[in-house]
Amino acid sequence: MKELRLMKGNEAISEAAIRAGCDGYFGYPITPQSEIMEYLMLEKPEERTGMIVLQAESELASINMVYGGAACGKRVMTSSSSPGISLMQEGISYMAGAELPSLVVNVVRGGPGLGTIQPSQSDYFQATKGGGHGDYHIITLAPSSVQEMADFVGLAFDLAFKYRNPAMILSDGAIGQMMEKVEFDEHRPRFTNEEIRKNTPWATTGKTPDRERNIITSLDLDPARQELHNIKLQAKYRKIEQNEVRFEKIVCDDAEYVFVAYGTSARICQKAIQLAREKGIKVGLFRPITLYPFPKNEINELSKKVKGMLSVEMSAGQMIEDVLLAAERNIKIEHFGKMGGIIPSPAEVVEALEQKIIGG
Amino acid sequence: MEENIKKDNIRKEENLVYIKTKLMTDKVLSYCPGCGHGTTHRIIMEVVDEMGIQSETIGIAPVGCAVLAYEFMNIDMQEAAHGRAPAMATAMKRLMPEKFIFSYQGDGDLAAIGTAETIHACNRGENITIIFVNNGIYGMTGGQMAPTTLPGMKSSTSPYGRDVATMGNPLKITELIAQLPGTYFVTRQAVHTPANVRKTKKAIRKAFENQKLKKGLSFVEVVSNCNSGWKMAPVQSNEWMVENMFPFYPLGDIKIEGELVK
Amino acid sequence: MTEEIIIAGFGGQGVLSMGKILAYSGIMQDQEVSWMPSYGPEMRGGTANVTVILSDDKVSSPILTEFDSAVVLNQQSMDKFESAVKSGGYLLYDPNGISQPSERKDINIYKVEGAKIASAMGNAKIFNMVVLGAYLKMKPLVKLDNVIKGLKKSLPGRYHNLIPLNEKAIIKGMDNLIEVQKL
Repeated sequence: MKELRLMKGNEAISEAAIRAGCDGYFGYPITPQSEIMEYLMLEKPEERTGMIVLQAESELASINMVYGGAACGKRVMTSSSSPGISLMQEGISYMAGAELPSLVVNVVRGGPGLGTIQPSQSDYFQATKGGGHGDYHIITLAPSSVQEMADFVGLAFDLAFKYRNPAMILSDGAIGQMMEKVEFDEHRPRFTNEEIRKNTPWATTGKTPDRERNIITSLDLDPARQELHNIKLQAKYRKIEQNEVRFEKIVCDDAEYVFVAYGTSARICQKAIQLAREKGIKVGLFRPITLYPFPKNEINELSKKVKGMLSVEMSAGQMIEDVLLAAERNIKIEHFGKMGGIIPSPAEVVEALEQKIIGG
Repeated sequence: MEENIKKDNIRKEENLVYIKTKLMTDKVLSYCPGCGHGTTHRIIMEVVDEMGIQSETIGIAPVGCAVLAYEFMNIDMQEAAHGRAPAMATAMKRLMPEKFIFSYQGDGDLAAIGTAETIHACNRGENITIIFVNNGIYGMTGGQMAPTTLPGMKSSTSPYGRDVATMGNPLKITELIAQLPGTYFVTRQAVHTPANVRKTKKAIRKAFENQKLKKGLSFVEVVSNCNSGWKMAPVQSNEWMVENMFPFYPLGDIKIEGELVK
Repeated sequence: MTEEIIIAGFGGQGVLSMGKILAYSGIMQDQEVSWMPSYGPEMRGGTANVTVILSDDKVSSPILTEFDSAVVLNQQSMDKFESAVKSGGYLLYDPNGISQPSERKDINIYKVEGAKIASAMGNAKIFNMVVLGAYLKMKPLVKLDNVIKGLKKSLPGRYHNLIPLNEKAIIKGMDNLIEVQKL
């Protein structure tokens, strides 16, 4: 039976994690996402499902606790906001190298540096291009509602285990702090020890006589072997790009123009569409749900049908680079965004469409 | 007469005085001849072997000379980011409380870059074992100054000797963590003589037994040499260690059953 | 039907919880809702505001710059949100915190002596419920019994003994709505 609740996006992440059979959460407080750990601590998931919740001494410790747990085949996660996620990049890179499934939630705030605690989308590059050192990608899901905050927890774990790769939910302070209706799935059981041994035979669960010892490492000092490992990782990323692209199209069928936007910006654009259509401007919305893998082919197809695209982001323009790479170049493609924790208004978005794309 | 000293004649059951534990792989150790790491590896694996807990033991290798410890120990292992092993061990033990979890760390790893993880895992009283090999230098990267480098001691980044006025004092991390209520057993040992090896092995055994009894954190420091980094012959380095390291890092138990040794 | 509301005042006036109860009430009658607060340190003693949207359709943007209704409970909020009311929209305020009332001629304006009524009832904490009652009289979007259901959902169990008092405060607010300017 589904259960209906009114909740903050942050709280929805926590409740969904308990229900997704998560084994452990390790985190460190930072605004605007502290409700994630607060909710978990209040909810006592250890009594509900056996899930462990631990407040670590830092984001460095959190992400390495996730590393240790993931290496044991457990469903483990952490969450933070931009400055904390920067600190975690070391561990994320190690997990990508060691091919460990895990979930990292980034409730983005404005930067650079300590920046602001207000919502932003300025961590797009960091999330989708690797973030830490080395050639790697993490699967990046961008929820645009509290419902999706909940839904993407289970999805992120599934994708992470399917590909043995870290996954990220890239949200922002607006979706984290906002309350909406949310429906929850029933509880999925946590993996049993038998399931872990069967489904993740690589996990460090203790060497038994029936198998060789398992080693979880991202180190191989031999360049030839390290290259082979990298080639294998790249092949995995190509497979992810082929299989896991997710997106939503809103009133694109008759559209002469489209907004390309994710997360909070996509919500703003939905209102902007209403305003623009009242003025007779036929505009739709293309919303990437996976930011990595990016829906390149779909953007390309759409670019053949419309006169222009406006990439709307709460940043100086990061996703637009992927839009430009994907789209045909004979149409007008521009960026509109706000920085530093400012959310653009629907009216401003319409104005930008009129000035930069239609009139431009 | 010649016949008698052939290998096959010597390798007989009745002549056996020592068998390498099967929990050490056949991989040739990557450590410099004379280094204490190999001995420390061996006695940990002997303890795991003797306790019959190979299938329940998961180790964590550090960044440092022992970065490849997992090549030599025939158990499931994880390779940590520099200094983060106690954080990993924390999660592993919390998620699998029935397993034996240990981290193997050097001085730079445990007492410089990983100080926060070390102190907080100790303070939380995680039911794990930390083996800390202290040779007062960064061996793997080529002999740079460590947090435990002695005053006046030369290294490639303190070429005129450690000047405590500008470079700080050596950190007695073991004494420091012994003060924390989460630590149950804290000891400092060495592996340069057979007697010391036996004592260290006993301490490691106790540390693992403590996990079984859910007693909290056990911390075994092994003061060791680094003949390459110290630029000495192995025997000379051990003598130097006895004369210089031991006075600053005295051997013996620091905390037993949660009580500081007076 | 879509109603886009801004509720704004000082932190501690119960602005956020008033919005939450309104959102819960919407859910009780099967509406789509969103509740988007201002967040951060300014909440503690500074200004606080929340955007609540009740709609028969899916809520598009939870963040808005124009509103159908504004409930303003201090002068800063009046200064900030008076101009954000759509032409023909509604403004409700408590004169207790307002030195300069609105001079707009294109909107409906109401007031309620929320602070006075609450202190007369002997509990300053029910101030926000008096204001909520006045708002619901001005904009009868949700039925009183759905509000009570919303209250029950929104309040932790240990506060359920306060529900009758809250209900009384809402009714008091409804009875004491004062029309300032009606279009």
